[in-house]
Amino acid sequence: MRKLLLLLTVIIVGLLFIARLFYLQVYNKEAYSLFEDSAISTVYDYPKRGYVFDRNGKLLVANQPSYDVMVIPREVEPLDTLEFCALLKITKDDFKRKYTRARNYSPRIPSVFLPQLSKKDYAVLQEKMRKFDGFYIQKRSLRDYQTTIGANVLGDIGEVNQRIIKKQPYYKMGDLIGKQGVELSYEAILRGVKGIKFIQKDRFNKDIGPYKEGKFDTLPQPGKDITITIDSELQQYGELLMTNKRGGIVAIDPSNGEILALVSGPNYNPNMLVGRNRSKNFSKLYRDSIAKPLFDRGLQAQYPPGSPFKVINALIGLQEGVITPGDKVTCRMGYYYGSRRLTGCHHHKSPVAMNDGIAQSCNAYFVTAYRKIIDKYNDAGSAMNTWANHAKSFGLGNYLGYDLPVGQKGRIPDGDYYDRAYGDNRWGSTYIVSNAIGQGEVEATPIQLANMAAAIGNRGYYFTPHIIKAIEGDTIPSKYTTPNHTTIDKRHFGPVIQGMFDVYNKGTAATLRIPGIDICGKTGTAENFVKIDSVKTQLTDHSIFVAFAPKDNPKIAIAVFVENGYWGSRFAGRMASLMIEKYIKGEITRTDMEHWILTHSLENEYAKPYSGEPFKINGETTLQVVDKVKPPENNDLNNSIPIQSNQQ
Amino acid sequence: MHRENHRGFGFDWITIILFLLLVGFGWLNIMSASHVGEIGSYFDMSQLYGKQLVFLGLTFVLIILILSVEAKFYERFASIIYIIAMLSLVGLFIFGKDVNGARSWYGIGSMTLQPSEFAKFATALAVAKYMSDLQTNMNTIKDQLRAVGIIIVPAALILLQNDAGSTLVYASFFFVFYREGLQQIYLAIALSTIILAVLALKFGIVVTGIIAAVVIFGIYFFRRKKRASIIQSVVILLICISFSAGVKLFYNHVLKPHQQNRISLWLRLEKDPTKLEQMKKEEAYNLIQSEQAISSGGWTGKGFLQGTRTTGKFVPEQETDYIFSTVGEEWGFLGSSLVVVLFMALIIRVLYLAESQKSQFSRVYGYGVASIFFVHFTINTGMVMGLIPTVGIPLPFFSYGGSGLWGFTILLFIFIKLDSNKINEW
Repeated sequence: MRKLLLLLTVIIVGLLFIARLFYLQVYNKEAYSLFEDSAISTVYDYPKRGYVFDRNGKLLVANQPSYDVMVIPREVEPLDTLEFCALLKITKDDFKRKYTRARNYSPRIPSVFLPQLSKKDYAVLQEKMRKFDGFYIQKRSLRDYQTTIGANVLGDIGEVNQRIIKKQPYYKMGDLIGKQGVELSYEAILRGVKGIKFIQKDRFNKDIGPYKEGKFDTLPQPGKDITITIDSELQQYGELLMTNKRGGIVAIDPSNGEILALVSGPNYNPNMLVGRNRSKNFSKLYRDSIAKPLFDRGLQAQYPPGSPFKVINALIGLQEGVITPGDKVTCRMGYYYGSRRLTGCHHHKSPVAMNDGIAQSCNAYFVTAYRKIIDKYNDAGSAMNTWANHAKSFGLGNYLGYDLPVGQKGRIPDGDYYDRAYGDNRWGSTYIVSNAIGQGEVEATPIQLANMAAAIGNRGYYFTPHIIKAIEGDTIPSKYTTPNHTTIDKRHFGPVIQGMFDVYNKGTAATLRIPGIDICGKTGTAENFVKIDSVKTQLTDHSIFVAFAPKDNPKIAIAVFVENGYWGSRFAGRMASLMIEKYIKGEITRTDMEHWILTHSLENEYAKPYSGEPFKINGETTLQVVDKVKPPENNDLNNSIPIQSNQQ
Repeated sequence: MHRENHRGFGFDWITIILFLLLVGFGWLNIMSASHVGEIGSYFDMSQLYGKQLVFLGLTFVLIILILSVEAKFYERFASIIYIIAMLSLVGLFIFGKDVNGARSWYGIGSMTLQPSEFAKFATALAVAKYMSDLQTNMNTIKDQLRAVGIIIVPAALILLQNDAGSTLVYASFFFVFYREGLQQIYLAIALSTIILAVLALKFGIVVTGIIAAVVIFGIYFFRRKKRASIIQSVVILLICISFSAGVKLFYNHVLKPHQQNRISLWLRLEKDPTKLEQMKKEEAYNLIQSEQAISSGGWTGKGFLQGTRTTGKFVPEQETDYIFSTVGEEWGFLGSSLVVVLFMALIIRVLYLAESQKSQFSRVYGYGVASIFFVHFTINTGMVMGLIPTVGIPLPFFSYGGSGLWGFTILLFIFIKLDSNKINEW
């Protein structure tokens, strides 16, 4: 026993120590990562963010350097505060307050002392900076918009939040990421890849050289420039026309699916979301729950399409063989089922064949055609499925697959939809005749309507609309270069297109004709309702117009949607015609039309539901006339800088 | 036997190989922990590892000297060596040099020498000499007191020089006394002392008193034969309680604040989170850094010279008392377990050899060697791993410093010499 005491103690202690080591080093240990090692600091080298050009090579988005004055409080030596404050243009109290805040945050870690100096202040300060120990200037890169238009397309960049960091570990606190528009959808291409340097620290958090001689360090890869399909002149013109109105304009090149213009009204200047005032401005835009400037009405607003949708029904009717272009329908100011009027109509000549049915937008004609389609089948459910299938082949009722980050599916009801609503087989064609004229359950976004126009103009196919035209040193995804075919045979398009052409010749848009351009269009007027104090209230109709031009080999397909603009040709038709003229001719000859649009505002109309007072709609109202809206002065912003200095 | 003696000079090569492994591995870790910037030459005298390499070289000279001296010399001159060592300790009060508040060094030019490192083997020799005296009987109080006296002298001197850690080492001689016939009751007292002290600090006097009462009266009632009087049990209980109270008083009024904090952190006495944070900041910085360094090593470590915390000098005093954290970070669980195993092997080997000695002097000395290594190893590594409160003593053969290296080498090689001579004992 006496011999064994020390021996046993040694063995017990030894085993205990090994157990403790096991606990510390193996059991209780998370996977080792250089990034989490507090002895290693990671320094990032941010590459230049790619530029954005428009389809004609005009630079839209560049970068601008921004200079923050940083401070490491522990390294600050006594300084001439008076001079320093004068250089930074702050008061001595400011200095004390900022310094105390930085020191309270951490004496060792750099804090931003004064963010985003002006370039002039920076130039002066830079020379004197060495006099102030503990202070230094950190260069960052911000976006520099060379334009005031297209904020909804271009988007903006902002600091990443915790949620993004968790999902994508590439991003670290303080990194910038695309928040909206192409900045978001082409983030990976624009941002490039940042370089990483690992620096060995000592226990005072002082650099003592690169970790392992920089073995793990990486070089930054610069972001690639992109060219987008937007025609900035057309975009700017569209935004001008949309002033004082709410709605969307989407123009597409039918021959390739490129989005020429994507206007959402109201809009905002993209420069609002750059620099020191970004968060203030952003919350201002974000909190505007009435005008919703951040809501892209071209992509996200889902409206009943109204009469332009009749064209689809005409095509489906032809494809299903239930109507021929020559069949005539008598219109007695509406469609009657027995003695019950299912839908009204306006005054026009009667009876009408397809051509006039489209040109005069006769409701009775299309309800008849629609009922023939549905009643061709024994069972309304499968009839509706067939019908929906045709309609969906035009890109309606689902996401289009374009490369912008927001959107809506729209809605094309099918048999199941009504089975759910009414019960299996407890409904028939008379229940759903509103679909014939683009009301009822059918809904679509402006970009879907523009795409529909493109598919009709192309006589049966479309390219998925997209915003990307070219990526530096790369090709665009093939899904944007392969056509999608509709279920309608090419031969059926002729009479329908002729009908749309006659909308301009003798129909509902006869006053909007543009000399020298064969435009095919279709007006639309959609009833709409809101709830005011939980009472369903009708508002002035939406003004809708869908068109493409020229008639053969169209160059532009367009959908215009003006909220509460009343009948189709009043606002939307005019705007669509002007846009087409602007794009094809490059100049405006119908200045009368332009003048009318620029001097008429719908702001009063939009204020009505919020006024709290009873109001009148549609024909009982008078239009608000304003001073002619001026195009924005071409911005040569003070803070924009020569591009060369930005490209390292 | 004789021939074999010639071939290996009769030295125990297992011990020597263990020694070489520890010293070599120790030096690599000193290099890792102490290097500043690139490693140019191993003999770079501006760097600590360069100096340590010189100390190592001198160590081998020392070894040859020790091994070439007649074994009998150590027994005969044990008392004189002891007296010289004690005088050198006393001399510190006059000629010593203050380093970090401890007056433990002689300054000779730019070199420093720490006599307390040499006092250990001297004391071990003196204890061996005294115990092996035929007239010494460890069962008598008088001889016990004399034996304790031998170790009290250096312990007291070192304590007066403000080096509390090194004083603790002298407690290791308890193992020696116990091996040589100290009564069982002392072991019981020693264990009870430790247990009572911990209980008193952790749970207070009342709880400790109740536990002691339950145990003491439990023993009284269950011990049918040789039952002592109840009065004896009551007296023992009273002693226990007053000892607990004494420990409390000692902790509150005698210990310095930093010592209180160390114990408080170890026993987790502080409940107030803000005070605890403060305490950790003041007192546990080393400990936290060292534990983190060890933890970050994982299974196999980050590799030699690759420890990020070691390179960044996150652990203060890493090349001396906290050298084991370098092993932990750079060599991982496998490397640090190997070091633990090497130390266990060395201690057990010395113990085994000590038991095989025919001369009582050699055996007692060998036991002393094993005990001193054991206490150093246990306290140092236990502290670096956060198992016991912070006590500043070096890890033999690993910690930077010439005096320490030489002190432990002399301690070990005198025993190797004694062991090699056992055949000639008769």
